[in-house]
Order: sequence, then C-alpha cells, then structure tokens
Amino acid sequence: MSAGAWSGATVVEPADENETAAILRNANETGQAVIPTGGGTKLDWGNPPRKADILLSMRRMNRVIEHAWADLTVTVEAGCTIAALQRKLAEHGQRLAVDPLWSERATVGGILATNDSGALRLAFGALRDLIIGVTLVLADGTIAMSGGKVVKNVAGYDLPKLATGSLGTLGVITRAVFRLHPLPRNARTLTIAATDAQDMQRILLAILDARLAVTAVQARPGNLVDVLLEGTLDGIAAQEAVITKMGKEMGSVREGSPAVWKAREELWGNAPMVKFTSLPSQISAASALFSRFVVQATGIGYAQFTGDLRGLREAMERDGGSLVVLGKTEIDAWGNAGDALPLMRAVKAQFDPKNTLNPGRFAGGI
Amino acid sequence: MSPDTLEELRGILGPHGLISSPEEIKTYECDGLTNFRVVPTAVVLPDSAEQVQAVVRVCHRERIPFVARGSGTGLSGGALPVKGGIVIGLARMKRILEVDLPNARMVVEPGVINLEVTGRVAAADYFYAPDPSSQSVCSIGGNVAENSGGAHCLKYGFTTTHVLGLEVVLPDGSLVHMGGKTLDAPGYDLAGVFVGSEGTLGIATKITLRIVKRPECVRTLLAAFQSTNEAGAAVSGIIAAGMLPAAIEMMDNLAIQAAEAAVHANYPMCGGLLLVELDGPLAEVDALMAHVDQICRQNGAWEIRVAQSEGERALVWKGRKAAFAAMGRISPNYIVQDGVIPRTALPQILSEIEQLSVETGLRVANVFHAGDGNLHPLVLYDRRIAGQEKAAERLSERILELCIEKGGSITGEHGVGEEKKHMMSKMFAEPDLQTMQRVRCAFDPLQLSNPTKVFPRPRMCGETPGEYVAHPLEAAGVAERF
Repeated sequence: MSAGAWSGATVVEPADENETAAILRNANETGQAVIPTGGGTKLDWGNPPRKADILLSMRRMNRVIEHAWADLTVTVEAGCTIAALQRKLAEHGQRLAVDPLWSERATVGGILATNDSGALRLAFGALRDLIIGVTLVLADGTIAMSGGKVVKNVAGYDLPKLATGSLGTLGVITRAVFRLHPLPRNARTLTIAATDAQDMQRILLAILDARLAVTAVQARPGNLVDVLLEGTLDGIAAQEAVITKMGKEMGSVREGSPAVWKAREELWGNAPMVKFTSLPSQISAASALFSRFVVQATGIGYAQFTGDLRGLREAMERDGGSLVVLGKTEIDAWGNAGDALPLMRAVKAQFDPKNTLNPGRFAGGI
Repeated sequence: MSPDTLEELRGILGPHGLISSPEEIKTYECDGLTNFRVVPTAVVLPDSAEQVQAVVRVCHRERIPFVARGSGTGLSGGALPVKGGIVIGLARMKRILEVDLPNARMVVEPGVINLEVTGRVAAADYFYAPDPSSQSVCSIGGNVAENSGGAHCLKYGFTTTHVLGLEVVLPDGSLVHMGGKTLDAPGYDLAGVFVGSEGTLGIATKITLRIVKRPECVRTLLAAFQSTNEAGAAVSGIIAAGMLPAAIEMMDNLAIQAAEAAVHANYPMCGGLLLVELDGPLAEVDALMAHVDQICRQNGAWEIRVAQSEGERALVWKGRKAAFAAMGRISPNYIVQDGVIPRTALPQILSEIEQLSVETGLRVANVFHAGDGNLHPLVLYDRRIAGQEKAAERLSERILELCIEKGGSITGEHGVGEEKKHMMSKMFAEPDLQTMQRVRCAFDPLQLSNPTKVFPRPRMCGETPGEYVAHPLEAAGVAERF
C-alpha cells in the first residue's frame, strides 16, 4: 500500500512502551484515530478505517530483548521484522516456526495483528499456538502484559490469543514472547502431480491420514500437491518412500523446489486477493472456484479473484467456511462474524470505548 | 433462594435434574482441592444446552451466582461452589455428537470423559492429545475451563491448541458460537480467551475438537541418575541437540518411592529419574533415541531402559500418572503444587526447595514435566500435628513465589481457581489484572459465572481504569516487563 493513502495522517514513531502509552492516551483524549503499523505490508487489509489521524509506527521498537535459547523462548519487540528475528534465532539453531508473507519487511506486531501464518501451521500450529506472552498498550494508555515467559502457563486470561488476529483494534502490541522450535536438521520438498482434481483431494487426505510427520502440505493449480518433509535423513527417506508409493497410484511424484513454499507470496499482483477457509476434505471443491490459488492442508487458501465476491462468499459460508478480502474492496472485507458479534463488540467497548484504534477496520464494523 | 425459584428450576430440569437435599448436595461441596468447602444452595444436572440456557436465564434474572462443574477433579478449587449460588453439573451432557475422521474433528458435549474421545477413534489410529493425569475421569468441559495440559503437551500443545470451536451459554443465558470446524473465522479469537477462563465467562455446551493421527512409532526411555541435577543436565542436552520429544518427565527419589509403593511401576531406585518419550517415523525415532541414550550416559545415567512393549510403556506411564495419589502411601496428607519456571532454572529452584524443606522439616516430593519447566512439588505433612498444615501451605506458597521470581508462573495446568487467586497480584501488576477483567466485564458484567475465582479483586464493570503503576518487582529492578 502506498503511503499516499495515509497522507493526511501524522506518522509517529515511539521508542518505547511509555512513549506509545503517552501517544495513545493523548489521541484517545483528543478524539484522534490511531492506525498502528509495523512494516506497512498489510496496511490495506481490513476495511478502510472510518478515520485515520495518526499512523503509529512500531519501526523503532525492533529489539530482540531476550533469546532464552536453552528455554526455547524469545522476547521481542513488535517492530522487529520476522527475517531479522529468524536470523538472530538461527545463531542458536532455532526458529519461530511460522512462514508469513514478506518476512523481510513484515514485523512481529504486524503478523500477530493480522494472524498471518503460512503452510508450516500444519505441523507447528498458528501464531495463537506459538505466542506465550504479550504486552499491549490500550487506547487509554494502560500498559498491560498477559501470559508470561514460560511455555506452560494458565494464570489469568489468555490475552495473547485475543490480541492475535484482532487487527490492532483492542490495543497496540508492543512486545511478544514466543515458544521456539529447533531448525530442521534436513528438509526436502516433494511435488506430486495428481491426474485430476479428485485425485488431488484424495492424495491430500491420504497424506494427512497416513502415520507420517509431514511439516507442510499445500495444493496448487495443475492438481499439484507439495509436501515438506523435515528431520533426519533416514526419517525423510522413509517418509518419501511411503508418499512416493501413494502418489504413484494417483499421479507422479518428483523432488520439488523449496521455492514452491513462496507460491503464496507470488499470488499478489494487481488482481484482488482473498483468503478462504474450508475443511481439508473440501479443498478441491473450494479451489475449483479459482484459477490462481494456493491452499494449505489446514484448509486455508489464498487466491486471486476478479468475479462476484458476494456470490463467492455466500458459497464459502454455506459450506461452513469464510471468505476475507485482503486489500481494497467494494464489499465488506470480512463477511459473517456469526452470532458472537455482539460479544465481540462488547469486548471492543471494554478495551477501546472511544474507538480510537483502527475504527471500523475490523469484522462487523468494529 | 426462594422456594418459587427452586420450583422453577425443578420445572426446567424435571424431578431428577435438581438436587437440593442436604445429604446429596454435600457431594458437590468441593472439587479435587478438598481443603476448601462450600455447600451450594442447589445442584442442577441439565442434559441439553436448552436446559443450561433456561437455568442460566433464571440465575441472571434473580442474580444467583452459578458454578459449572464437570467431573470435579480440578485441583485449584475452580468448581468450588459459591456461597448462595448453585452448581450446574454437566455430567449428563456426555454425547459424542460427531466424528469426522477425514477432517480430524470431533464434536462433543462437555460431560464427555477425556479418555473416551481417544477411545472413540483409537481403532482408526487417531487420538486426542491433551492427557491430564486424571484423563480417565476428567471431562472435556472441565479441560476447556482449565486449559488442561498433560505430559505430552510439550510437543502437542494444550487443550486450547485442540479446541477449534465452542458453543457457549453466556452468563445472560444467550447462546453463541466461537470458532468452528474451519479455521480463522472472522472476528476475535473468543474461543482462545474462553479456554482456560476457569468457568468465569460462561458454560461451554458443545466443543469441536481436533484429533491427531497416531505417529508411526513411540519409544519411551527411562534413565536413572544420581540426582535431579544430573537428570536436569541431560534434559538441557536433549533440547540443545535440537530434539523435541513428545514428553520429558522427571521424578525425584521420594516421588519414585511413592509411585513404586502404589503401582509397582518397576522404576529403578535413584535420586533423579528421567522419562523421555519420542514419537514419529520409525527410522527417525530409533536414531534419535540412540542419541538420547548417549546424552543421558554422558550426564551420568547409570541405568537406562527402553520400554520393550506397549505393556511396559503403559506401566511406565501408570507410575508417573499415579504419582500424586501415591503420596497417600508415604504421607497422611499432602499439597499438590503446580508452578512453572523457565526450564533452565530447574537446578537452582530444586536446591532452594531442598533448603526450604530442611528449614521447615517438611518433606517435599518432586514430579515435573521437565521439558516445559512445569513443577509439581508435593508438600507432605500430617494434619494431626498442630501447625503442620499451616506450615505446609506456607511452604507451598513460598515455592510459587520462587517460581515468580524466576520469571515463571503460579500455575501451568491446574488453574488459579480459589486456591491461588491471592497469588495473582504477585505475578501480575494491577493494570494487567484490570485489563484481563475487561474481558470479564464484556462477557459477564453482573459477575455471576463462577465469581470470586481467578482474580484477587473483582473489577467493577462500570469503572474507569486508573493509570499504569509499576509492579513492585519491576520498581525494584528485579523484573522487566516483557
């Protein structure tokens, strides 16, 4: 998104949590709307805000505060880019097991706010499963932490999860603590070319139902299924043998390039982008609606789409899924938030009663 | 409660769905934490979401506090009744509503027992991963309330990782849906905040679970060390080698003695016993197990056994899972504690616990989920000896304070409940607690759903929050806000 769209907004770059709190408190008292931002890669996600006076950039708050590698945790500021974080973690052979979009520019705060994780989610869970602590600055300037620095912790409400995917509408994420995973010893990508869409669906489910330990699986146009295997060489070879046998009955199997895992990122161009969700058993049916798409085995897909978005959304929601538009759109970006929407509005009213943060940008007009 | 209200409840539930006789009601006066007891006004046993809604609507109208209860195995007093309130027992809602193997989902009612979930899909080689030690009796609804863990959450995650959707009766009696069978539904992750809220945000009446395909092979290794220090060093070695075992458990000598006395698990007698379980592809697990064996030996393990059969493996786990109850074999009374530390602080906290034990003359047995730093110190005492119970409670609290000082938590899986709410202000600053309670105010402004639990002080739902005040530890420069 170009900075032009926010040309009327004042850009402020706090250096720490206290400055962030002071800015928010002031904005809240004077009725100015605040748009939090990290790397700015997803500023056009969600609905356009009703108002945008201050662009609150977390750019300067980019420290990796503590990589407790022996405890497999990291405490990091929101403005740190994912790539910078991963480089730091790799020094001790570890990683944050997510593969979000545009990691050189996307930040910790940004991927959390937008809940952007990639194909690795199959094996390691989503951001909600990796975040163990968060510090939020609320619109009224309250600085509040929840969770902690330990992997296992049930003291108090799980605000790290509430903040994840809330698009900065409840508070500004200034710090997060994550659980980490070791870097894989080895990795190998296989690409299966299924004979048709039905076989693509069958092979996807067969891999998920096999007693394997695959790290990621995705479907692409041309009835292609990519599989990522990680681990010891023997473990990878044994799994490859199983998948090759399975694949040969329904298509052909070859070694794939690691670059296939960038396919999601490469979808972005001039056409409108959507994120759709379906059940794993509906992947083939759902992806048949698109010509350019990537669907992960978790049932989460990304696609270009230029046709009737309303009709498409109805079809997805009818099957129990959802359709979210990622970027400028004529229709509501989110779709049906369900019967808990009044409760979501009540949560918003508790955290940000004056609608200071990202007003109108989130689901249900929140 | 007025006789009219009682009759209204009876009308909703039928003659067998309401318990109000003094003898029967006593069963519900406590949960697994038996030193707190409150007799409820009535107990209702609904068998449908509609009945739960109808009961909660009455409570809302009459301002009657209610406490939901599953199997009552909780260890922090989460299901302890509230004075003047009713208990809503979910044990009759125990239907498995849907099994969807292709998508690895199940939909269950809250009264379904944890182990029955796995039981239903085991033939197809699936399992439900969260495995609290009480899994043969505890309910999924209770697991959701407490965000229960278990030994295998090191690799597989907690209840919250495996709950995809919830149908919830809110404290005003309305029915809402959070999440669902598909992922990333638009809006806030309300299921994420509901799981682990200890019954304070409403009552789950339907739960969509994720089930997991059983790995190709599972290997369990037992290693005997001179002390827990050497065993702890071996755990560090395993993590440093880039392995993520399915479980790493540790027991000290006293815990081993108790487990042996109770279930004859055939554990080697030693100062520190390590149990390491690896799972995954056969070719990988065998190689990694050889590496674990080597790391244990390098750290002084003098006996190493790998369970050779499923029967041996089951026995190894039986000993571990029976460890709490086994304390009854070696002590008349005991307190189960549930603290968490960053795993690397293990040797330090163990020596501090040892020190406290010497100072107070009270024995402490230690059982831990060593992989994730979750300690379960068991403080042994004799209630008949004057002053010992108080001393044991004080010691147990002191251990939690040590956990906080090390950057850890006062509870890893048992919950805050009634027992530890006064410790919350030692772990969190007031603005942190007030912020959490904003969620409470959105869900339950009248504070009827399990009130008086989790938080040391309720937040008035109309009040304006104050400004940020530094936490005492932070002000003293001991802790930094993360």
